[in-house]
Amino acid sequence: MQIGYYPGCALHGSSNDYERSVRVCLGRLGMELRELDDWVCCGATAAHSLNAKLATALPARNLAIAERDGIDQMLAPCPMCSMELIKAGQALAASDALRREMSEIVEQKVSGATGVLNLIQVFQQIGLERIQKAVVQPLSQTKAACYYGCLLVRPPEQLRFDDCENPTSMETIIKALGAEAIDWNYKTECCGAGMTMCNEDTVLDLAHKILTDVAAHGANCVVVACPMCHVNLDMKQADVERRYGVTHRMPIYYLSDLVGMAMGASGAEMGVDRHYVVA
Amino acid sequence: MSETQTKHDFEPKIVAYVCNWCTYLGADLAGTNRLEYPPNIRILRLPCTGRIDFNLIVKAYEMGADAVLVSGCHPGDCHYTSGNYHARRRWMLFRVLLEGIGFDMRRVHFTWISAAEAKKFQEVVIDITEQTRALGPYGDFRKLLEAPVC
Amino acid sequence: MRIGVFTCWCGENIARHVDCQKVAEAIRNLLGVHCSVDYKYMCSDPGQSMIREQIRNGKLTGLVVAACSPHMHLKTFRKAAEAEGLNPYMVEMANVREHCAWVHHDREAATAKAIDIIRMAVAKVQQNRPLAAIRVPVTKRAMVIGGGVAGIQAALDIADAGFEVVLVERDPSIGGKMAGLSETFPTLDCSQCILTPRMVDVGQHPRIKLHTYSEVEAVNGYVGNFKVTVRKKARYVDITKCNGCGDCWNKCPQKKNLSEFDFGMGKRTAIYVPFPQAVPARPVIDREACTMLLKGKCGICAKKCTRGAINFEDQDQLITEDVGAIVAATGYKLCDIGKDEGRYKGYGEYGFGRYADVIDGLQFERIVSASGPTGGEIKRPSDGKTPKSVVFICCVGSRDDAKGCGYCSKICCMYVAKHTMLYKHKVHDGQAHVFYMDIRAGGKNYEEFVRRAIEQDGAEYHRGRVSRITEHNGQLIVRGVDTLVGEAMTIEADLVVLATAMRPADGVESLAQKLNIGYDEYGFLSESHPKLRPVETNTAGVLVCGACQAPKDIPESVAQASAAAAKVMMLFARDELTREPEVAEVNEQTCAACFSCVRGCPYKAIDEADITDRQGRLIKRTARVNPGLCMGCGTCVAICPSKSVDLAGFTEQQVYAMVESLV
Repeated sequence: MQIGYYPGCALHGSSNDYERSVRVCLGRLGMELRELDDWVCCGATAAHSLNAKLATALPARNLAIAERDGIDQMLAPCPMCSMELIKAGQALAASDALRREMSEIVEQKVSGATGVLNLIQVFQQIGLERIQKAVVQPLSQTKAACYYGCLLVRPPEQLRFDDCENPTSMETIIKALGAEAIDWNYKTECCGAGMTMCNEDTVLDLAHKILTDVAAHGANCVVVACPMCHVNLDMKQADVERRYGVTHRMPIYYLSDLVGMAMGASGAEMGVDRHYVVA
Repeated sequence: MSETQTKHDFEPKIVAYVCNWCTYLGADLAGTNRLEYPPNIRILRLPCTGRIDFNLIVKAYEMGADAVLVSGCHPGDCHYTSGNYHARRRWMLFRVLLEGIGFDMRRVHFTWISAAEAKKFQEVVIDITEQTRALGPYGDFRKLLEAPVC
Repeated sequence: MRIGVFTCWCGENIARHVDCQKVAEAIRNLLGVHCSVDYKYMCSDPGQSMIREQIRNGKLTGLVVAACSPHMHLKTFRKAAEAEGLNPYMVEMANVREHCAWVHHDREAATAKAIDIIRMAVAKVQQNRPLAAIRVPVTKRAMVIGGGVAGIQAALDIADAGFEVVLVERDPSIGGKMAGLSETFPTLDCSQCILTPRMVDVGQHPRIKLHTYSEVEAVNGYVGNFKVTVRKKARYVDITKCNGCGDCWNKCPQKKNLSEFDFGMGKRTAIYVPFPQAVPARPVIDREACTMLLKGKCGICAKKCTRGAINFEDQDQLITEDVGAIVAATGYKLCDIGKDEGRYKGYGEYGFGRYADVIDGLQFERIVSASGPTGGEIKRPSDGKTPKSVVFICCVGSRDDAKGCGYCSKICCMYVAKHTMLYKHKVHDGQAHVFYMDIRAGGKNYEEFVRRAIEQDGAEYHRGRVSRITEHNGQLIVRGVDTLVGEAMTIEADLVVLATAMRPADGVESLAQKLNIGYDEYGFLSESHPKLRPVETNTAGVLVCGACQAPKDIPESVAQASAAAAKVMMLFARDELTREPEVAEVNEQTCAACFSCVRGCPYKAIDEADITDRQGRLIKRTARVNPGLCMGCGTCVAICPSKSVDLAGFTEQQVYAMVESLV
């Protein structure tokens, strides 16, 4: 089975461990990733807060390429990318005028018909049963706190994915791996995201809250499906510990890491050894 | 159809079948509010759009109408609970039929106008009158009637 | 046919833009027109006298009045004709005011159009036939569906007026939501103290027949003549033998069932009376909880019962009641956030259903109520601790189109104020916080009541929303914003009470379909007119009252219930009803018995009937309209493929004559 793949900047940059993890994990599930040819940045926060046209045109160009190459479904593992792509796709599908305008700007016909999926949705499509069958090493010792962050489930009107205030789709997958999914408070709180560049205090504060609550509810790891969340919880964890004088030592996994490990993949293979906090 | 006729040489004849409880009252309110519209429309009051069958619409063209308007209560607001849903379903079927025989679909209009929507009534009537005026008389309807039955 | 046409000037109203004399002259020469006159005010006394004189002297058989809208004066002129012995249905109006003189200012075009309009009316009246009003008898017996405060009020009012009432209640006891409330705003009088005497009145009333634990299964018939099938659910207790001693429920070993009456805050046994003051005070066995019914093991209650009232073989029964009018008073439920699906799914951030100490308003009522599971002591559900800090959140699921209902739930502002007071009166060192959007306290003594909560009982009101509730070591952390202060705030609370939106009770849509009445997008039953017919529905003889129509507090529900009762009494004050004869009729000779009309009729007014010879042998089948049920929409006329149905007053002949007059 083949699916389109839009890595976005993060997965080719600071979070290339996420890319390795996704590729290995989905590969074991028989899913071949076809990377989008000549893709460009989704625009992220920078575009949508400064220039609405640019914020549509950038994802529109990626969607146009997907349409040209006959990709009708595409995985965007970064929630920021998937959100921008979905938003643009919906706007395009809804307006004739916008389709014309964008087709002109990106110099290619674009209709917005490509389905864009996040990582959880790809697992859902593969199906719990298939995942369960592929598990060779049930994660019986794992007590995972599923952390969705903000963008995976929001804005709900557009993403139409899970309950945006109390999502449970990641938990369902985690349980299929034989792990325990603990209930905790901050599943959909913000990690501080890009603030990590300009206002580190905010990020450290938020990350500390999240890490503290996770531990208080008895989790022994956190599962994420967002490169930004991973950076702020994993890379910044040492800074959090230093600032608050505590020891969290909380490993942060990508969802694909856990699925992969349950299927027998090694951590090193998936780039888990590149994480800052070592289990 | 004579395309050479200039706009105001021609006063279209428009027949409106309206329900008693919404559109008829909307037209009444347009009167009360003195909302002026072209005098080309002739309104026939029926209890409900559910009462209007295809033949009645065809009959209007036979009598020389250049356009027909069917208007009733908004979906969900029918005085008779569901008569307008029947009208809508019938319209969906009728439309296909009319299109199939080569009827000029620009000459038949279906709208919802409530008892409060006097302004909408005025706009709809102005709109249809102007559109129909631009289209000219519906001479082609005769040809449809005389066309061989296949 | 001798038709008289009377063109009205309506003072200047018509005459300004329509040349009435010219109109009268043009009409005079039409076929069948005997006389055509114009006059300044046709609806005035002299105008009507003139019409009557012309009917008399000219021996007129048909009448067209060209004046205003038929919605304005058709009845007036029909009455005038009737007084002169002319059948009122031989009168038609031509609307040359609203549809002509008032909207066209070109005098020539308006005059030409007026002539056309009148010609249509003349063409129609030539095809009119005299019609006689339909008379139907009235069964002077009413059914009230729902035994909450609205249903109780309606039933008592009707019964006290001397008519029989059948009261149908879904639960084992009447009393509804009000029976479970602690105290009521704005007087803080005890809810049960004011309601239970009325419940007893219902139970003992010689003219009220009570069906509890029963639901309406089907409704047939029409105004004055309804036949309602009621399903009496198996109670497994013969209430004629039972004396309510309590030996059964005191000994029942299944004690862990959540009490519906306590909204899950308390427990009950499998055989139970919902609450001590229940009417009837007779138990019922929960068939989902009783091990005897589930597995055939136990039967302790039957052994303890000295009167042999327990019957495990009991079955649902269907009974039929004949009534002339039906009052729907099915009440409300609270939006079940967290469990509801579709448009009502939302508010995961409040953790309702996840955190034991996040409860809704009705649950709070039970834990402050003296009759509640805690005996009136405020204890929180998780650990029984007395909460020292309580946060109340208004507008949860209401006034929120994005994840709830768009409407205002209306009673919450008031009951939240009441809750803060009751809480303060019981927990003196406690602090109540309220997050609100606006305080809507319209009503007698309502605003004063809210001020009292704030000023005397010290409730802290914060104008703003709560974004999230989290739990840390048994403490709820409520994060919100106070927009008046302009700051985000965090409150550590022991208990959170959500003022969730009022929604119509479950199953109301299916009941509405049985009653053939409308309901809105939220399921609230539709009144016939929001201002002038607030308790009537679009089906004659069916009335609504209470919170099934829209969110309402007790005083409003009671007022509306009395209004509905008054409408029932109006109906019962007559021995027979007359109905407009503009109804459909089937030509049984040509009917092909396809019964498309039966399926299409919005009023189920058409039946399948057999035509038999004298020996009872079937000659043919046919559709047959019940004129008592038919409302005259004419949908069947358009549906009938063999043109065998026609609608009096708007017959095919009449309508085609009108179109043909337009040549």
